[in-house]
Amino acid sequence: MSGESSIRFLLDGEERTLACLAPTRTVLQVLREDLGRTGCKEGCAEGDCGACSVVLADRHDDGLRFRAVNACIQFAPTLDGKALITVESLAGPHGTLHPVQQALADGHASQCGFCTPGFVMSLFALYKTRPEPTRDEVVAALAGNLCRCTGYRPILDAAQAMYEIGRAIPEADRDWMSAPAGSNSAAARRSEAEFADRLDRLKRTGDLVLIHESGSFHAPRTLASLAALRERMPSARILAGGSDLGLWVTKQQGELGDLLYVGEIAELKQAALGATHLEIGAAVTLADAQTLLAPQYPELAALLQRFASPPVRNVATLGGNIVNASAVGDTMPALIALGATLVLHQGARTREVPLQSFYAGYRKTVLEAGEFVSRIRIPRPEEGSVFRAWKISKRLDQDIATVCGAFLLRLRDGRVEAARVAFGGLAATPARATACETVLAGREWSEKTRDEAAAALARDYRPIDDLRGSARYRMSVAQNLLRRLWLETGAHRRVLTRLHDLREFA
Amino acid sequence: MNDPRANLELEPARGGVGAPVRHESAHLHVRGAAPFTDDIPELQGTLHAALVLSSQAHARIRGVDLASVRAAPGVVAVLGAADVPGENNFGPILRDDPILANEVVQYAGQPMFLVVAETAGAARRAARLAAVDYQALPAILNIDEALRQESFVVPSVTLERGDCAAALAAAPRRLSGSIRLGGQEHLSLEGHIAYALPREDGGMLVYSSTQHPGQVQLAVARALGVAAHRVTVECRRLGGGFGGKETQPAQFACAAAIAARALDRAVKLRLDRDDDFMITGKRHDFRVDYEVGFDGGGRILGLELMLASRCGHSADLSALVNDRAMAHADNWYYLENVRIVSHRCRTHTQSNTAFRGFGVLQALTAMEAVIEDIAQDLRVDAAAVRRSNFYVPGVRDTAPHGMKIEDFIGRELFDDLEASAAYAARRAALRAWNAANPVIKRGIAMTPAKLGISFSTAFLNQASAQVHIYTDGSVLLNHGGVEMGQGLFTKVAQVVAEELGIDIDRLRALPSDTSRVPNASATAASTGSDLNGKAAQAAARKLKARLAAFAAARFQVPPEAVRFQSNQVHAGATVLGFAELAQMAYQSRVQLMATGFYRTPKLDYDPRTRSGRRYLYFAYGAAVSEVAIDTLTGETRLLRVDILHDAGKSLNPAIDRGQVEGGFVQGMGWVTSEELVWDGAGRLRTHGPATYKIPVAGDIPPEFNVRLYERGENVEDSIFRSKGVGEPPLMLALSVFFAIRDAVSSVADYTLAPRLNVPATPEQILRSVEELRERSGRCRGDAVDPSRRG
Repeated sequence: MSGESSIRFLLDGEERTLACLAPTRTVLQVLREDLGRTGCKEGCAEGDCGACSVVLADRHDDGLRFRAVNACIQFAPTLDGKALITVESLAGPHGTLHPVQQALADGHASQCGFCTPGFVMSLFALYKTRPEPTRDEVVAALAGNLCRCTGYRPILDAAQAMYEIGRAIPEADRDWMSAPAGSNSAAARRSEAEFADRLDRLKRTGDLVLIHESGSFHAPRTLASLAALRERMPSARILAGGSDLGLWVTKQQGELGDLLYVGEIAELKQAALGATHLEIGAAVTLADAQTLLAPQYPELAALLQRFASPPVRNVATLGGNIVNASAVGDTMPALIALGATLVLHQGARTREVPLQSFYAGYRKTVLEAGEFVSRIRIPRPEEGSVFRAWKISKRLDQDIATVCGAFLLRLRDGRVEAARVAFGGLAATPARATACETVLAGREWSEKTRDEAAAALARDYRPIDDLRGSARYRMSVAQNLLRRLWLETGAHRRVLTRLHDLREFA
Repeated sequence: MNDPRANLELEPARGGVGAPVRHESAHLHVRGAAPFTDDIPELQGTLHAALVLSSQAHARIRGVDLASVRAAPGVVAVLGAADVPGENNFGPILRDDPILANEVVQYAGQPMFLVVAETAGAARRAARLAAVDYQALPAILNIDEALRQESFVVPSVTLERGDCAAALAAAPRRLSGSIRLGGQEHLSLEGHIAYALPREDGGMLVYSSTQHPGQVQLAVARALGVAAHRVTVECRRLGGGFGGKETQPAQFACAAAIAARALDRAVKLRLDRDDDFMITGKRHDFRVDYEVGFDGGGRILGLELMLASRCGHSADLSALVNDRAMAHADNWYYLENVRIVSHRCRTHTQSNTAFRGFGVLQALTAMEAVIEDIAQDLRVDAAAVRRSNFYVPGVRDTAPHGMKIEDFIGRELFDDLEASAAYAARRAALRAWNAANPVIKRGIAMTPAKLGISFSTAFLNQASAQVHIYTDGSVLLNHGGVEMGQGLFTKVAQVVAEELGIDIDRLRALPSDTSRVPNASATAASTGSDLNGKAAQAAARKLKARLAAFAAARFQVPPEAVRFQSNQVHAGATVLGFAELAQMAYQSRVQLMATGFYRTPKLDYDPRTRSGRRYLYFAYGAAVSEVAIDTLTGETRLLRVDILHDAGKSLNPAIDRGQVEGGFVQGMGWVTSEELVWDGAGRLRTHGPATYKIPVAGDIPPEFNVRLYERGENVEDSIFRSKGVGEPPLMLALSVFFAIRDAVSSVADYTLAPRLNVPATPEQILRSVEELRERSGRCRGDAVDPSRRG
C-alpha cells in the first residue's frame, strides 16, 4: 500500500505536518491539546454551538474559497492540502486587530467572550466571501453560532461595521486577510496569490493513506480508486463531511475503524444539468447543492437554507444526508416527492434505485456490502407542476425538523393530474403518502379534495411522540401543510400563508 | 492661581462613571486570548475525570461492578462516596446534596462515581463501562404528583394580606385559571469545569468556573476535611453563569479536589455538554393556579395564588427562589387582599437552582396572566387593566410583604413607552389586519416588570475590595465579585477611575480569589455592581483621603483644596501627575493599598415574621412586543420590540444596553423555543444544543428599539445612583409571550382567553389555536374563502 503517513496543511500561512494522527482526532483536539491554541472553544462537541468555529481555505475554481466549519467534529486528516485559519491567525503584524475583531470589540459584541472566537471566524468567512451582505445574509451566516449573553444585536451590527473598518485600512497595510471580499487592493491580491501558491504546493497527486492503531484513513482521488477500496474494505465507513460521524466519536465515545474519505474525489463533487435531470455528485456539499438547486427548485434551495447551519452545510453532503437514513433528514422528503433516483456503485457495476425505495427501515438502506452512492439524479421540473417543501421545527434556524413535508402537483384546469407527496418525521423513514396521493390524483383541486387528502394522511402514517413533538401535533401539522398547499396553489385569491413573507404584506 | 477656567482645558480622564467604555476583556475575547478555566496551561501529570451517572430516577444501588472501568485503557482510579475524606456533601444551605451518591440515587443523571484517567476521552469511555445493579424505587417526577403526595423539599409557605376570601366573595366579577411554566437550562457556552491542584502542606488550589468562589472554597474544605484557609479558589472569568454557577460548581470542584488529594496529582473535571445537562439543575418549572375578584374597571379586589414549583431532589436554593417569587407576584400592582401559597415540590429530577430572574420571572408571568385574563373578560385593552392596578405612591403603595414601594416610576415609564412604541395605534391596526388575514395572525402586548435589588438574606449584602496604587501610578483592583460577561469588572474599574480621577486603562482587575478577598457573597441577584462598586469606592476613597492629606501637608493647602482629575492632582496652584504624587507619597511612607467594605443599608427583613425591608430599591422596565403566528403550524416570528428600561443613572450605558438586550433574548427563549423534555422514566431527553433550542441570531426582531430611561436615577444611595441591571430585563420578554397570546386570541375574535403555557412552542401554539376554536365554536379561518372579503 502506497501513500504517506502524515498530512500537510497551512496554519498561519506556514506549512505544518502532522504524523501518527488518529483518523478520528478532531481539529479541535489538535488545536487545543496538541498545539496549545486555546482560542477555539468547545461548547458542545456536536457542531451545534459554533464556539469552535474555524475557517478552512482551499483552492476553488481559480481562486480561494473560505468556509467556516466546526472544529469539534472535523476530523483532522481532512485538513490535508488545505489552510486552517483560527482566531489566533487573524491578529495583524503588530498585534493590531483584524477588522472583524475590531468591529466586535468596539461594538460591545462580546460579553462573557466564550462564543466570541467562533463568531469571529464565522464573520471572517463572511468577510472573505461577501462584499456587502444584507442583514438577512449576516443572520444566515451566523445561524450556527450560539451566544447566550448579548442577544446578537451588537454582533449583527458589527458584521456591517467590519467592512467599513476594512475599507479604511491604508493600502500599504493591506494583505489578503484584512481585505474584504471584492477588494481591488493590489497589495491584497499579491499576498493572496502568494498564499494560493503555498496551498498549491501542498497538492498531492496520489491517495492519502494514514495507518493508525485505531484504524486507517484513505482519501482516494478518483471514483475508480474509491470503488476498488470499497470492494476491498466493505466494512470501512465512508466519511464525507463527518457532521454526523463526528458525533459518533465525540458523543457516543465510539470508534469508527477504517475510514474512506470521499472529499477529494472530483467526480463525486460535480454536477450536471441534462435534458431531463439535474445530476449531483454524492460528495457535493449542501452549501453547493443549494446553489445548484436554486434555479431549478427555489423551494428546495430555500429549505436547504434552514438545513443545520453554514458550518455544517459547508462540509455535509447531499449523499451523506441521504445515506445517513435519518427519519427526519431534511432533503429526503423533497427529493422523494421530486422522484429523485440514486446511482449506486459496486466495483465497476452500477445500478439506479429510486430514493423512495432506498430505505429498508429506521437507519437502514438497501446498500449492499461494497456498494456506495455516487450520484443523485433529480428530474427537472415539468411544465404545469408546482412544488412545495416545508420544514416545521421548534426553532426556525439550525433545528431538526419535527415534520418535513414535500408536494409535487401537476395541475391543469383546476384539476390535480398527478401528485407526489412525501413526509419526514412521521414514520421510521422518510416516505411517500400513497393514500393521500391516491385521493389527490385526477381530482378537482378543491377544499373537499384537500380535506379528504388531509384525512388520508392518517392512513399513511402513524407518527410517534418524542422530544420534538407529539404524534398528534405531527399529524395536525402534516394535514395543515396540505391546507397551506391548497391556499397557495388552489383557484382562489391568494392570502398570506408564510411568516417569512410578512414584511412584504404588512 | 485657582482659576476654574483652567479645568476646562483639561481632557477629562477616560472611562469614568457613565462612559460607554467597552468590556475590559473585549480586546482579548476577540483574539481568543481571554483564558477560561479549560484554557489554563495544564500542569505536567494532570489527570482528567469523568462521572458515572445514574440511569434511574430513584433506586437503591444493589451492586456495582467497576472491574471493566478500572481495566479500561488509561484509567488511573475510580472513586466513590467512600473515598471522600471529609463530608460527602456540597449542599449550600441544607446539607442534602451528596457529591457522589451513596446507596440510593435520587435522579437520573446523579453522579455516583468519578473515573480518573490520563485523558478526558479515556475517562469518558471508561465511565460508560460501569455496571450498576439498581433496585427501582417509586419516583415522583412532576409537580402534580408531588402535590398529591405532599412531597416537599422545604415546608410550604403562605403570604397573606387583608381578607382574600371575603374580597373574592364580594367581588362583582371573578375568574379562575391555571398556567404551567416550563424550566430553562442555563446553557452557558462554557459548561461546568474545575481544575484542582494539590498544594503544599494539605493545601488545594482549585480553578473553578463559579459565581461563588467562597462557597466552593468552603465545600472543598469540608469535602477534604481541612480548614478553609488551606483551600484557594480562583476564577478569572466565566463563559456565562446566569445563576447556573451559583451553587452547583461546588460539586465538580469537590470531585476534582477529592481525586487530586487521593492521587496527589492535578485533576481536571470538565463536563461533557450532555452530562452537564443531565446532572445540573435548571430554572424551576411552575404550576400556577389562581382565583381573582375584580371590579368593572379591572381593579383587582382579591387574589388567591397558588405557586407550586418543581425543586428536584434537594433543597439547593429553592426556598429562596420561591420566597422571591412570592415577594414579586405583585409586580407593579397594589394587591389589597391577597393570599399566596407556595409549595416547593420534591421530585426525583435534577435539583433546580438559581437562574437569572430567580422566581421573579415565574411570579410575574403568573400575575400578568391574571391581568390578561381580566382584560379578556372585560374586553378591554390589558394595558388599561394594568394602569388601574398600578401602585400609587403615598396611597396604594405597600407590597404584600410589607415593604413600602417608595420609588415607583412605573406610570411615567409606561406612558413614555406607550407613546414611543405607538402601542395603541398599532394595536388597533393589528386587529384590522387580522380580520383580513385568515392564516397568519399578529399580536401585540405591553408588559411591565419590577425587580427588588438586594439579596433577601440580609447578611449576604456585604462586600470587600482592595485597591493598590503602584509608584508608577498604575492601579490594581481586587474584589470578591466574579466576571461572567456582565461587565462587572469594567463597571467597578470605572468607579475607581472616577474616584481617583484617572484613565480607566491605568487600572487592572485581578481574578476573584478567595485568598485575597475572604467570605465574598455570590455574584448574583443583580447586586454585583452595587456591592463591589461600593466596596471598591470605599477603598479608593480611603486612598484618596490619604493622598489628599499628604498633598495638603506637602503643598500647604487645606485637604479639601486637593482635587483628583484628568490623571492629575491639583493641590491649590500646584498641579502634578497622579503617578508623581504616588511616587512622592511612597517615598514619604504613605501606605498605597487600602481595603474597602460595604454593607447595604436599611435592610431589616426578618425571614421568620416575613416582614421588614427586603430590598434597597426596585428596578423597573417595560416592553412592547409584536409577533406573528402561523395558525396552520404554530410557528411564530417576533417582528418588533420596544423596550424602556430603568438602569438608574447608568454606570455604563453600553454595558447596560447589552444586559437589557441579552436578558430580553434569554427570556424570549424561555417563552418560545426552550423546552425541556423528560421521558416517563424521568430521563431528560433534551440534553444538548441539538435538542434544546436557545435563540439564534435569526430569532431576534428585525426592529429592536432599546432605550435606557433617561430620567432614571436611583432614589437610594446606590453606587453613583445606578441600578442593578443583570436580571430585570429578562422579565421584559413576557411581552413576547402575551403578544403570542394576543395573536392566538384573534382566532376567536378576542372573545375568549386562550389557554397557553410557557414555552409557547409551535406545538403549544397550534394546540391553543385549535382548543380556542373548538371552545368558541368557530371554524378554521382558512375555510372561509378569502375572496369574499373583497
